[in-house]
Parts: sequence; structure tokens; C-alpha cells
Amino acid sequence: MLPLDSGQSLPSVTIAWQSYGALNADRSNAVLICHALTGDQYVASDHPATGKPGWWARMVGPGKPIDTDRFHVICANVLGSCMGSSGPATPDPATGAPLGMAFPVITIGDMVRAQAMLLDHLGIDRLHAVIGGSMGGMQTLAWAANYPERLERALVIASAARHSAQNIAFHEVGRQAIMADPDWQGGQYYGSARAPTKGLAVARMAAHITYLSEAGLTEKFGRRLQARDIKSFGFDADFQIESYLRHQGLAFTDRFDANAYLYITRAMDYFDLADPHDGRLAGAFAGARDVRFTLVSFDTDWLYPTAESRRIVQALQSVGAAASFVELSAPYGHDSFLLDVPALDRLVAGALGSVF
Amino acid sequence: MALRPDLAIIADAVPPSARVLDVGCGDGELMEALRAKGVDARGLEIDPANVTAAIARGQSVVQGDANRDLADYPDDAFDYAILSQTLQTTERPDLVVGELLRIAPRAFVSFPNFAHWRIRLALLWGGRMPVTRLLPVAWYETPNIHHVTVSDFRDLVRSKGIRVERVWHLSGDKPTSDAAASWRAEHAIFLISRA
Repeated sequence: MLPLDSGQSLPSVTIAWQSYGALNADRSNAVLICHALTGDQYVASDHPATGKPGWWARMVGPGKPIDTDRFHVICANVLGSCMGSSGPATPDPATGAPLGMAFPVITIGDMVRAQAMLLDHLGIDRLHAVIGGSMGGMQTLAWAANYPERLERALVIASAARHSAQNIAFHEVGRQAIMADPDWQGGQYYGSARAPTKGLAVARMAAHITYLSEAGLTEKFGRRLQARDIKSFGFDADFQIESYLRHQGLAFTDRFDANAYLYITRAMDYFDLADPHDGRLAGAFAGARDVRFTLVSFDTDWLYPTAESRRIVQALQSVGAAASFVELSAPYGHDSFLLDVPALDRLVAGALGSVF
Repeated sequence: MALRPDLAIIADAVPPSARVLDVGCGDGELMEALRAKGVDARGLEIDPANVTAAIARGQSVVQGDANRDLADYPDDAFDYAILSQTLQTTERPDLVVGELLRIAPRAFVSFPNFAHWRIRLALLWGGRMPVTRLLPVAWYETPNIHHVTVSDFRDLVRSKGIRVERVWHLSGDKPTSDAAASWRAEHAIFLISRA
């Protein structure tokens, strides 16, 4: 049974996970990687649905910054998602039909509680490190706040300790796009031939813009037209950026469940580590003095800007925790944490106690 | 790898197992020497490339500005604060020294002595802002916006009621006597503490 922050509970929970590299004899080399909103456990292996390489294959593997010759890397699909872990598509044990909106609303803390249960199951008491970018960074912070004795190091990349009004606003646009799609059918679309792919695609398009920087968009697309020399004076995808976003939106619906998107975005919106401590973020880290933190932000990330990382650093300094922080310069906006930023590779390795 | 002489003196003077904040820690050279002797050393550094290099070598360093971000550390967070070769680059050296002694009871402060005889001569004979080994940048692009002499610093700490526990004077990277240090020291390291 998994108790949830909402007061509800899940009678049984399935968590799907992948691991890379060997666990050593004293079980001290485990590194947990927490994935972002639409990520999954396939951090360094090909995605079974798309066939694409793992989402952080550039960072995780033998001889890479998170070196699987040295570390036993675990990545679990978050609670509420759709790649094998319990979520809204999970069947109701009573009826056998997918739960849909009967699945309880979950939080980042619930995701982390489920991961802790997975580690109990695997017999791993203490992690060498927990690492995550974006929503993965939120889970990493929740790990440090809720289970400080179970991790030695925490690496939080392009993340925040709370969702801002702007963050919530963008998520709400995405959710409304899904729920306004007639094919959503109140969330009970699983048995039908129709699924809210249009709504989910629009949600993804809106979100995708927030992951990129304006300069990056301008450089990549500018005002260039898509496979045509003149404007159509219609509503086709005249501009390359339109065509790109439509493609991104559609491709996303092949691998992601619309209800899972609703639940996970909600979990992120509810995230505010300071909330249980009268708004004092330092209160969340009172037990985490002995965790070594490394925080990284990117100068072009306007979704989780540097000020959010600085706020975390200030809270950590006020409790005396060892914290490192740097704002890296990279052109790719929020997505920088997934892309080729060589300084990030060195930082991640150093924060893990390796040299890269 | 040999530490810069002023850093070697500081590394030697900090007791093992002390908690230390190195303000303006660069790429973490001094912190590495401190950690090797068991000191819990953390750093504050403004340049992101330096911060990245220091974290990559396993140090705990926060990117920040000594003019502003010392305020984020609680009172007595450390046993020692270190400000080496940075005082003369700060906007308000007097306030920075005050912050150092708020977050730690003791602080090492080192700076190039602007009253060294070579600088005096250069100014006297050349009539131009001196460019020296320790102050190698022309006046218009130097980060050193508050040149300070050994006597100036003594005046500052006296006026603020700060105690000087120990002073090292260096000339040509070697210790020089305290006698006539105002002329002869290229470089001074003060260990100061709250009165």
C-alpha cells in the first residue's frame, strides 16, 4: 500500500524501472536518476515505443559523466506516468477497466515515496546520489527533504523548489487543451477508438515552446517558410516553426498518455517544498545538512530561471548544508540540461566525486 | 603543484577540521589544499568558468558576488573566512570585511600593498598608475578599484574595532620583516578577528 499526500492511498503499486552498471558488494554505488515530466526509465537504453536512444544517453553509460562502470544507475518511471508504472491507465482491480480520472491525484512527494519503496524492495538503503533535471530536480529536492539519511549527494539541474504562477499557467493551458478535446471523454477514452490526441498535441506544442529560448527559436527557425517560397494566405503551417511544433505535438501522442499528462503536470503544480514549513524553504532542508548539493541553472532557461536555483542555495546555506551552484551559459533554454553542454558533463562528474 | 605563497601561508595557518569559506576561491586551488588537511572548505566565486572547474574537482562552490551574496550566509556559519587578493576589487571593502567577521569570528584578508616602494617610485618618477607583477592591468581595465596599502588596512580595522591577530608580509614571494613593511611588503596577509 502506498499512502498519498492527498490522504488517499493506492492499495498496490507497480513501478517500472531500468538499471545500468553493477551494484557493488556493499551496495554503496547506487545512483538514482529522476526523469522529467514526459521522460521515462529508459535513460540510457533505446525507447521501446520510438526506438530512439535513451533520453540521457549522452550523460549515462560506460566512461560517461555518470559512469556505469562505476555506478549502479537506477531510473524508475514516475508514479502517474504511462511507461509501466501505476497511473491513470492502470486497471481498477475491482472492474478490470482503466482507472482514468478515478486514479488519485498524486504529488512529487508521492513519486519519491514510491521510489523509496522500490529501493527498499531492491535492498538499497543509501544512495551515492540522486540526480534530476526539471521535474527530476524537484524529485531530487524532495528526496533530500524527505529522506535525507538515504542519500549522500543531490544534483538538481534546471529546476525549482516550487512551481511559479507562470509555470502553473502554462500547465493549465495544456490541461485545458486535453480536456477540451471531445475525444477525451471525461478521461474514459481507453476502451474507445478515440483518444484526445489533438488536445495532447496542443498541450505538447505549448509546453515545447517553454523548453526553448527565444534566441534558440530565432536561430533555428527565424521567419523561414516551410517547403514553400511564398505565404499561402491560409492556415497551413507556412512557417517552419509551425511545422516543427505540429510534428513535435503529434510525435508526442505516439508515446504518451493524455491522462498521465494531466496527473503529472498537476503534481508539479502542487509542488512547493516550503509549503509545510510556513513558507520557509530552509525548513525543508533542516535534516539535510549532511547531503552534498549541486545545483545548476542555465542562463537562457526562463521556465525555471536562475533565481529559483539561487533561492534553494540560500535556503541550503542557511542550514549549513554544503551546496554548490553555477549558472551555465547555453543557448537552448530549459532543454539545455538534455543537450550538448560540455561544462555540464564536467560538473555532473565532479559532483559525483569523479573526474571527467 | 605549488600553491601561491600567500595561499600556502593561509593553508598552513588554518587548523584541520575548521569550517572555512574561501571568498573569491577561483578554481578551488586553496580549497583543495585545505581539504587535503581535513578542513571543511567551501567557496564563493563570481566567474562561472572557475566555479565549474572547482566543482569538477569535487569542491563545494557557489557562484556569487562577494559584494552581495555574503549576506546569504548565517552568522558564525564558519570558523574562518578567507578573502585573498579580492579586497581591492570589491565595491565597499569596509562592508565586505564586516561581513567576513559576521559569518566567521576570524578572517584572513590578503591584498597587494599599494605603498610598496616599487609602486611609489613608479608613481613618483613615471607619474602614471603603476602596472606591477601583482597589479598587472592598466588603470582603465583593472578590476582593482580600491587600491589599499598596509597602513590603510590597519587604519580601517582600527576604526572598526577589529583585532589584528597576525600579519604576514611578503616581498618577491618571500616573507619580509614587519619593519618598514609599508615600503617593503609587496603583499600582506592579515588574520583579523572580532574585538
